[in-house]
Amino acid sequence: MKRNILIIGATSAIAQATLRLYAEAQDNLYLLGRNTEQLETIASDATVRGASEVHTAVLDVNQFETHETTLQQVFETFPILDIVLIAHGTLPDQKACEHDVHLTMTELSTNGISTISLLTLLANQFEQQQKGTIAVITSVAGDRGRQSNYVYGAAKGMVSLFLQGLRNRLYPNHVHVLDIKPGFVDTPMTANFKKGALWAKPEKIATSIVKAIDKNQSKTLYTPFFWAGIMLIIRSVPDVIFKRLKL
Amino acid sequence: MSSSKESKEHKEPSKQTSQPKAQISGWGNYPVIESTPFLARYINEIPQTIQNIQQQTTSISPPPSLIASGLRRSYGDSALAEHTLQTHTLNYFLSFDETLGIVHCAAGVSLAELLNVFVPKGWFLPVTPGTQFVTVGGAIASDVHGKNHHLDGCFSQHIISLTLCVASGEQVTCSLTQHRELFLATCGGMGLTGVITSATLKLIPIESAFIDETTWKTEHLSETLEQFEAHQNTTYSVAWIDCLTKGKHLGRSLLMLGEHAPQQHSKDKEQNLKIAPPSKLSVPINMPNALLNSLTVKAFNTLYYHKARQKKNQRIVHYAPYFYPLDSIQNWNRLYGKKGFTQYQFVLPKAAGLEGLTEILTQIVNSKRGSFLAVLKVFGAHNANYLSFPMEGYTLAIDFKIDPTLFAFLDKLDQIVLHYGGRIYLAKDARMSEQTFKQSYPNWETFQTVRQQYGADQCFNSLQSQRLGL
Repeated sequence: MKRNILIIGATSAIAQATLRLYAEAQDNLYLLGRNTEQLETIASDATVRGASEVHTAVLDVNQFETHETTLQQVFETFPILDIVLIAHGTLPDQKACEHDVHLTMTELSTNGISTISLLTLLANQFEQQQKGTIAVITSVAGDRGRQSNYVYGAAKGMVSLFLQGLRNRLYPNHVHVLDIKPGFVDTPMTANFKKGALWAKPEKIATSIVKAIDKNQSKTLYTPFFWAGIMLIIRSVPDVIFKRLKL
Repeated sequence: MSSSKESKEHKEPSKQTSQPKAQISGWGNYPVIESTPFLARYINEIPQTIQNIQQQTTSISPPPSLIASGLRRSYGDSALAEHTLQTHTLNYFLSFDETLGIVHCAAGVSLAELLNVFVPKGWFLPVTPGTQFVTVGGAIASDVHGKNHHLDGCFSQHIISLTLCVASGEQVTCSLTQHRELFLATCGGMGLTGVITSATLKLIPIESAFIDETTWKTEHLSETLEQFEAHQNTTYSVAWIDCLTKGKHLGRSLLMLGEHAPQQHSKDKEQNLKIAPPSKLSVPINMPNALLNSLTVKAFNTLYYHKARQKKNQRIVHYAPYFYPLDSIQNWNRLYGKKGFTQYQFVLPKAAGLEGLTEILTQIVNSKRGSFLAVLKVFGAHNANYLSFPMEGYTLAIDFKIDPTLFAFLDKLDQIVLHYGGRIYLAKDARMSEQTFKQSYPNWETFQTVRQQYGADQCFNSLQSQRLGL
């Protein structure tokens, strides 16, 4: 059965790797992203790889007032949405944020509030259709605030908390809410970092996302799996100690 | 999206402006240099990236050295430069004509991805080298050849057109009829004319993903060459050659012939056109330098030769083990240890044939440097590209572990190759001299003129091009 899949932030590396898997499974895709040309490239790629239908529309997630009309358009094309994957995001320059309120607010908006806005609209659609999976890429950074990355962490942590509530609310409606928390991923967003053994390729993350959605999982997915262990430790360190660490 | 950072990075004040450097090398792990990598994600971003790199380097007196790099399967220094534009992320299919098998894709698409997507639809690569882990852009830049060169020529001969981002940032579409000179310079041009951004190529139809393979065991070099001659109409042919055995068995080989097999599972299309499973074996770290020594290699060669029991052996085999036996072991290049290795691949014109090959092979056998991977192949006619390697004749490729006396030995081999009118493959080379290059690639001046016309000599340079005086 061909599924109707909406991907928000389709030009991000993890989203791309994921949508390729759906294209190969001949699903129908609706791709939202900021850059028209890049969206077109990704759409042709998905078509060649086997996607049955590919639709695209431009969406700047920080233009909240456009969310409703854009999603309305999506619901008209796909009256039933089997899967939505929210994947957009940026990696804020923490140091710069510390000296720039406006930048901090923008980053919180891009990585957190915009997602809350989209989820609010999507939740009602899923509640109505009584099925499907809402999958959102958040981050292990949202598990605990650290000096190196707490603007990003705060935004992602907010989304994760929101998803917990949403999972609870939509449980009776048979809607699965998947919170995807990748660790270090080798993407253009992290191009300037030295990569070590903990880093994963977007393709690997994509495979775990598709697998979790196929299994109708409604939970927090740490990916690759070992991040569940790492974050358990990070969360368990008492504050007395944690506040002294340079993480 | 992915997340946090290691605290180390945070102490660097100017993360945004200065790109970190990385240690890079070709497949031979020799030489290793420091380079600043830039990532190409979308074709339309490339002009800007090239401009940024140029601006960063205007204060330095020699022309900036920038080269596109894909999956780093060229062995030597042809994809090494002060700045590298990494194109493996430029991996989009742009269109596919199902009736003609014509695919238009961005240049970072790998041959593995092409096979994974199109084999199930009944199409195959018109030409493939010995690994599927090269990009389309890299295959064009090296103008790679395969086991069917004697009939079907090089990779570029199946390219309908390509788009190149030249030094000015302009995207120029070229083919044999459109900007012909730029096309002839770019195919086999080692990335020195610009950044290949997309290409249109014609695939060939197949009935199954399997190859009907026949292996002939030969006793010596002249029999090997005779067998090649006798099977000149067979689509695929290549010989694994024992380069450690002397005397009357010098050049004993296993000649592996292949044809695309017809349908194997008459009803099951999926089984019939299945793709290769991803490899699970890997060499995790560099092996000790002593692992490959004359004893272990000799043992390997003897065992491998006698693997073929009869004079003629036949089997049906999937395309992956047939074309890409080494792809099943990730990072096999680490077997050669930390110092790395170089692959010496030369071609001799047909006229030099038996005599020239015997002379070189004798040198190699006597040196006891021979490795477990030596491959002999008959080439068909050369093409019109200025720097493409193949010419009608015989090509031999052998891996050599790097040691302090190796290059002097290879210089000696170069002299024999030059004497017979042959040349060395640029995609494998890490050490040939400028003089050897210029003597054996007679069209290098035409190539250089085209580069200058497009300002490429002031922008696109590699360690190799600088060494070869381009």
